[in-house]
Amino acid sequence: MSLRILVGCKRVIDYAVKIRVKPDKSGVITEGVKHSMNPFDEIAIEEAVRMKEKKIAKEIVAFSCGPTQCQETLRTALAMGADRGIHVEVSGPEYETLQPLHISKMLAKLAKDEQIDLIIVGKQAIDDDCNQTAQMTAALLDWPQATSASKIEAKDGSLQVVREIDGGLETIKVKLPSVVSADLRLNEPRYATLPNIMKAKKKPIKKLAPKDLGVDVSPRIQVVTVEEPPVRQAGAKVENVDAVIEKLKALGHA
Amino acid sequence: MHYWFFTSPVLKSLPGNALVGNLRNLHYFKPLLQSTKNRPSVETITTLKQDLIKNLGRDSVSDTEAIRKQHSRDEGVERHNHLADLVVWPKSTEECSIIASLCSEKKVPMIPFGTGTGLESGVCAPYGGISVDMSKMDQIVDFNPEDFDVTVQPGVTRKGLNHFLKDHGLWFPVDPGADASLCGMTATSASGTNAVRYGTMRENVLNVEVVLADGRVLHTAGENRRSKKSSAGFNLTNLFVGSEGSLGLITKATLKIYGIPEMMLSAVCAFTTIKAAVDTCVQILQSNIPIARIELMDDVAMDMCNSHNKLDYKVAPTLFLEFHGSEDSVKSQAKFAGEIAAYNGGSEFCWAYESEERNRLWKARHDIYWTTLQSNPGCRAIITDVCVPITRLPDLIAQTKADIQESGIIGPCLGHVGDGNFHTFLVFNPNKPEEFKKAETLAERMTRRALDLNGTCTGEHGIGIGKMNYLEKEMGPVGIEMMKSIKKTLDPHWLMNPGKIFLSDY
Repeated sequence: MSLRILVGCKRVIDYAVKIRVKPDKSGVITEGVKHSMNPFDEIAIEEAVRMKEKKIAKEIVAFSCGPTQCQETLRTALAMGADRGIHVEVSGPEYETLQPLHISKMLAKLAKDEQIDLIIVGKQAIDDDCNQTAQMTAALLDWPQATSASKIEAKDGSLQVVREIDGGLETIKVKLPSVVSADLRLNEPRYATLPNIMKAKKKPIKKLAPKDLGVDVSPRIQVVTVEEPPVRQAGAKVENVDAVIEKLKALGHA
Repeated sequence: MHYWFFTSPVLKSLPGNALVGNLRNLHYFKPLLQSTKNRPSVETITTLKQDLIKNLGRDSVSDTEAIRKQHSRDEGVERHNHLADLVVWPKSTEECSIIASLCSEKKVPMIPFGTGTGLESGVCAPYGGISVDMSKMDQIVDFNPEDFDVTVQPGVTRKGLNHFLKDHGLWFPVDPGADASLCGMTATSASGTNAVRYGTMRENVLNVEVVLADGRVLHTAGENRRSKKSSAGFNLTNLFVGSEGSLGLITKATLKIYGIPEMMLSAVCAFTTIKAAVDTCVQILQSNIPIARIELMDDVAMDMCNSHNKLDYKVAPTLFLEFHGSEDSVKSQAKFAGEIAAYNGGSEFCWAYESEERNRLWKARHDIYWTTLQSNPGCRAIITDVCVPITRLPDLIAQTKADIQESGIIGPCLGHVGDGNFHTFLVFNPNKPEEFKKAETLAERMTRRALDLNGTCTGEHGIGIGKMNYLEKEMGPVGIEMMKSIKKTLDPHWLMNPGKIFLSDY
């Protein structure tokens, strides 16, 4: 087997950062805040790199859509072992309202243009938690999909995938080409090492605009307001059960 | 020298808000040191609380019992029931200075608190005072990837820093197991599994910013200096590394960072005797193999490890090894080490290089303390930390194991053989005084043996309270006098973390 794999890498606010809402409630503060690759996408890249090490894959293409800083995310993917990157530049208000459907359309077009055999993306992004891109991409391409993968084995032109589902684990077989989304227990991603970071600087990143892929990124939604969850109030202690019931009634809960 | 044995009625009659609520009368209270100090009075604490609120804000000060309890103990054996009187959360070096000046004026003890993951009761409060919780100072203040240095505040933990560094291909290799505060690790001169290759905190701290007991701010290598080496004046940085909070409040540490190795390969190998395992270790080091981690677990530890982690390693003295480097280098190191192990009768050599496999292996090793406690529900354990020259290790471990077996106490032996450092967890039931006595006696015999073998009573955990008896023997009278005179120069009123390290304050 020698697959060409396309991996989606989203640039998100780092999971360790404390999120703050902008004073005008139009969104969260992203200026000067640490960003990194979506952890599920790191797992996706790691899986692709392992497949290349096992000689199942021959080339890994990393893809990211967003402002200029997405190039950093792509450099991380290249340092982990991807061969080349594709950056579709979208910024400003269009980036604020970008949706999984836009990304799926881009992935589908790239899959055809670059002759991709397998698309691996993280199962969801940690900022919007949508869990839609893999599924929509597969639908647009009319390819089989294996989502929430926790184990992937390649066998004679198809993949055997163990999926994490509510009831436990489900094993399915999907023919290639297909779309897979990576779940947490698929693998533990490697760290980029200094020599690989150096080498990654020389790997190519192709820059495209959404219209080059025939995708219209004008907003389909409008963000009305973004608010923090309510601040936790102090509790109150009461003397006995009757007092608890009185209090609950007074607050309108009983 | 008088020793005061504190029991419940005596404690209740002490001045100050010493004890409230449920008093668990721990029969194994360590005798407190003779001191000329009393605990601060209720009036003093009340006034101090008002001053602190005025200067730091209402949210930065607490006297709730639950919070004070949380801050008056760490992961080691509970030595006391004494609680700190107040807990404060400074947000900056300036606020630490204010705290120190106020406490200094009122003669109230100060105890720095990082993550509470210490093992020697370094944060407990035998004389009350305030616990200075540094967790709100959590910034990485200066990062220079190409110079391989980074400066952190005390709220930054080891795993937090490594998460920040990983995208740059860098890491901080000192790994004591717990996700400890880096400044706390500085204060205890922490070490860990990687020390054999990368050194301990002593070798990796370039500069420390510390607020002294009177509120003055000291930069041990000069403000903002971060050269890799220096011959300028006295080495104050290493005075504070390992000072266990007794010389000042550490507010910044400048650390040396390293490139993440290209490849990491872990291996496990079982032996028939401990001697064979330790000999293998000595020979690996003698062959100049730059081994990154070499850890020993005895059969008792392996048994617990297997059942707790659902593994099935052979129940025998086992070495866990890790090699770092480029792919070729790592493979040849491992091959050579494998030959040495086989020569000593080692078997069942198995390897892992994928991240999740390696982490599983090392997690089993790191969690062994918790595994030991979990395997003996309701029990606690005395943790020993002796460190001797490597060639002395086989005898020391053999004698220790013989002792342990004879006593009937459960005590797995494991540790950093590459440094000549090993730990035992001597399990005892807190409700059975005779078990505690046996465990203590074992610890004492082991430590005295280690001292006789040119070693130290504590390789990495610190003296805290449990090892105060041994420091005198280890350092000798001149050493102790020197340390005390330095302490008195920096902290004349003996307010910084009193009751630790030294048996007396005069």
